[in-house]
Amino acid sequence: MFELFLTHGNYWIIFALMMTGLYITFAATNLIKRLVGLSVFQTSVFLFYITLSKVYGGTAPILIGDDIGKKGHGGSTDAHDAAQAVGGAGESGAYEAAGTTLQNVYSNPLPHVLILTAIVVGVATLAVGLAIIVRIREAYGTIEFDEVHSIDIEVSIAEGSDDAAAAGAAR
Amino acid sequence: MIETLISSIAPAWAIAHAAPLLVVVPMMMATVLVFIPSGRLAWLLSIVSTLASTLFALILLGLVQLDARAGYDLLVQGIDTNLIEPGIVSYALGGWVPPVGIEFRVDALNAFILLLVTLVGFLAAVFSWPTVNAEIRTEKHNLFYAAYLVCFTGLTGVAITGDAFNLFVFLEISSIATYVLVALGATRDRRALPSAFNYLIMGTIGATFYVIGVGFLYAATGTLNMAGMAEQLPDLLDSRTVQAGFAFIIVGLGLKAAMWPLHQWLPGAYAYAPSFVTTFLAATATKVALYALIRFLFSVFSPEFAFETASFEFIFMPLGIAAMVMCSFQAVFQTDVRRTLAYSSVAQVGYMLLGVAIATAAGLSAGLFHLVNHALMKGGLFMAVAGIVITYQGTRISDFAGLGRSAPWTMTAFAICGLSLIGVPLTAGFQSKVALLAASLDKGWWWAAAIIVFSSVLAVIYVGRILEHVFFRPPANPRKLRKEAPVVLLVPLWIMAGANIWIGIDPSFVFGLVQDGALVVFGPGGGPL
Repeated sequence: MFELFLTHGNYWIIFALMMTGLYITFAATNLIKRLVGLSVFQTSVFLFYITLSKVYGGTAPILIGDDIGKKGHGGSTDAHDAAQAVGGAGESGAYEAAGTTLQNVYSNPLPHVLILTAIVVGVATLAVGLAIIVRIREAYGTIEFDEVHSIDIEVSIAEGSDDAAAAGAAR
Repeated sequence: MIETLISSIAPAWAIAHAAPLLVVVPMMMATVLVFIPSGRLAWLLSIVSTLASTLFALILLGLVQLDARAGYDLLVQGIDTNLIEPGIVSYALGGWVPPVGIEFRVDALNAFILLLVTLVGFLAAVFSWPTVNAEIRTEKHNLFYAAYLVCFTGLTGVAITGDAFNLFVFLEISSIATYVLVALGATRDRRALPSAFNYLIMGTIGATFYVIGVGFLYAATGTLNMAGMAEQLPDLLDSRTVQAGFAFIIVGLGLKAAMWPLHQWLPGAYAYAPSFVTTFLAATATKVALYALIRFLFSVFSPEFAFETASFEFIFMPLGIAAMVMCSFQAVFQTDVRRTLAYSSVAQVGYMLLGVAIATAAGLSAGLFHLVNHALMKGGLFMAVAGIVITYQGTRISDFAGLGRSAPWTMTAFAICGLSLIGVPLTAGFQSKVALLAASLDKGWWWAAAIIVFSSVLAVIYVGRILEHVFFRPPANPRKLRKEAPVVLLVPLWIMAGANIWIGIDPSFVFGLVQDGALVVFGPGGGPL
């Protein structure tokens, strides 16, 4: 049990971050805190991908030593090798792919690239979310979600129609 | 029919690059629109680019319908069709060959989804000008259209891509643009802002769940290409990694598709967004997410996998039925027309999920058929509501009293689409509900058939309440003038209403398309239709 904990350290951290983030997103009433929770949640996924890409004993995915110059036919096969390397990780030091043998073990570079994209998406979401919060603050004068909600219900009841009250009750 | 049209009219470059151009043209146009000061010009340009996308979607539909010989003929003429086998167009982006590079892959399933999205996007763009003019501040018009085109790009991208991670990127492109568009409803009603924020939180959680699922699948298969995953998954069925990935993807895409009970973002977003945005979203956004779900359920995973069969019986079928009943009830008790229609949308998603859960070719094609029809009817209904918002402001049901006399053209089209939503004979809704009934009876789910009928009765109540106010009540304000929606708005509205009647009378064309789509994912041995 303890060994499982130690050998999967990264994954436990990912779990903890993921659950913390989700909990904050649902439990916080302050809109900014909810966004922060969302960011923590997304960050845990970034960590998850990065952890996936690590090949045991592998170095950074830049060709070194004897491997330089072996691959004349472009980066596409590199990515493919790396994908295969993850699939068959930990068997031997050399990986057979596309007819060439690499001397060194490399980590898989693809998830890093994916996560760069995901980080950009996360930043864009955060920016839009903060912009909406600014507008909510202008329109309602508060950034507490339950206050915004109760203002909405009060307004629709104050508008007088009986169907507005029904709408409030139906929520 | 379409294929001869394609080979004789379409230029060679359009055939060779239809797949990427479909997505790239609106994307590039969106960046151009940011620098265009005139709102009217932005409107015209967005019509042009959505029309271009529609034409490319038509070409793709033609290409996937080509038989082997016709495809060969095109090749002999020196036209690169990108057909890797009859019925599958595969375009390697940037020349990077598929297992490694990103692939745009079109087959009979997503060809008609692409046509649906682009066509609805085009019609929505045409009708948008008067309602955008009335609801969005003038200096923001060009930015509004830019955001619309980005959203459009994202949706077409989700439908066209053959790469699991690329799907996430397009999903987020469309979603982030959607949050902005929904929030712009704040000029009319400030409740748009909390709704947009809610949608942002829920939507991002959904997309992130999807990414986690893709990560698990990537860890298990070592590829992000959907076709590549599908090849490897049958050997990995016992892997917990694959099963966890499946669960995350279902929840993530289910959230985006407004699967009950993950639909909480939808009513607020639809009710307070600008009318034009509601129209476009109601007809496309959940449909595209549902397509992605179907693509994963039937193409990447396979309905023969034990855990997936279990998910059909214990997740999709109960949730679909719950949506059909619960949300129809909620729709009955709403006082706002747009909220009624929004809850009805969730209920209709339930019908589609039921079709998916039946998991036969007949059930899936019934679900897809309902997907197309629902896009047409909800698009039409929300267009009519948009027309009413321009001239008469309010969207409560009591505001609609007497409008049958003061705006007969708008409200007649509204009534046609409303009847189609109920499933009255001679309308599109009837055809797809009958197909769904037949499929569930074939499966032996007679109680599901009974619930379809029951839910349709609830639809009679909530649509009937609105129509009763429209046609049989005196106007709430007798001084209201007789005033129709503008013509730019009426024409797309009547195209939608006409399409509902056309499919209701002669469903063979659309039903043929969705059947082809269902057969593609089930393969030749997919069971009887």
